[in-house]
Amino acid sequence: MAKKKIRVRAKLKGNVVEVKALMSHPMETGLRKDKKTGKKIPAHFIKEVVAEHKGNKVIVAHWGVAISKNPYIAFKFTGAAKGDTLKVSWEDNMGESASAEVKIG
Amino acid sequence: MKRRSFLKGTVASGMLGVAATAGLLTPKMVLAAWPKAAFEAKDLNQGIELVMGSSDVTESSDVKIKAPDIAENGAVVPITVSTTLPGVDVMAVYIAKNPVPLACSYDLGPTTKGFVSCRVKMGKTSDLIAVVRSGGKLYSAKKAVKVTIGGCGG
Repeated sequence: MAKKKIRVRAKLKGNVVEVKALMSHPMETGLRKDKKTGKKIPAHFIKEVVAEHKGNKVIVAHWGVAISKNPYIAFKFTGAAKGDTLKVSWEDNMGESASAEVKIG
Repeated sequence: MKRRSFLKGTVASGMLGVAATAGLLTPKMVLAAWPKAAFEAKDLNQGIELVMGSSDVTESSDVKIKAPDIAENGAVVPITVSTTLPGVDVMAVYIAKNPVPLACSYDLGPTTKGFVSCRVKMGKTSDLIAVVRSGGKLYSAKKAVKVTIGGCGG
């Protein structure tokens, strides 16, 4: 698997923080077949993405296999200041996980 | 004596019943665990019920879906759901004709805006349905997306 990376950007506009995150993950549905062997490729997908600001969960995303490969998520929240840390993490169905922290700019 | 033990029995089973129904009536608490059953439900209404606790959905113009009318590649369909409704705690996206309609659901914190954007796979031309829970009631919006190349199989 590729590097487990999350790229996050959080920008304060007025009093709203706009967050955009891009994760690298294959997001296999479990329905696809390997063309060479004809065997099904097992499902491998991110189940949960959590964004935390000062220990509060801003958003918890529950994903199924219908989310595209290398998933992207964007959301907005209020109540944060410039320089605050936002933590984004994910966990997939095979128990792998990754997380990243950014300063809100 | 008999009456006493009878009472004891009913109280105990009564308590169990209360616990069981409490568990059943709140299939989804805020910030709950990954809803496995909902991601296996092949029926749209069942998928909505398992995430939202009800399938009593009202269509509302306050829920907006931004997605392309025609998606050239069904494997990557950008979609944004936004709403101006207050107190939204859950938002979910369903794709009516996918093998499993539920694509994603989002539990929102109290400071989170009713706005979520992501990219989904669509097997074929289908309706996208966004369901939003605001103040315990469900509101939805629908948008048809035409898919020229499917995003499933390969």
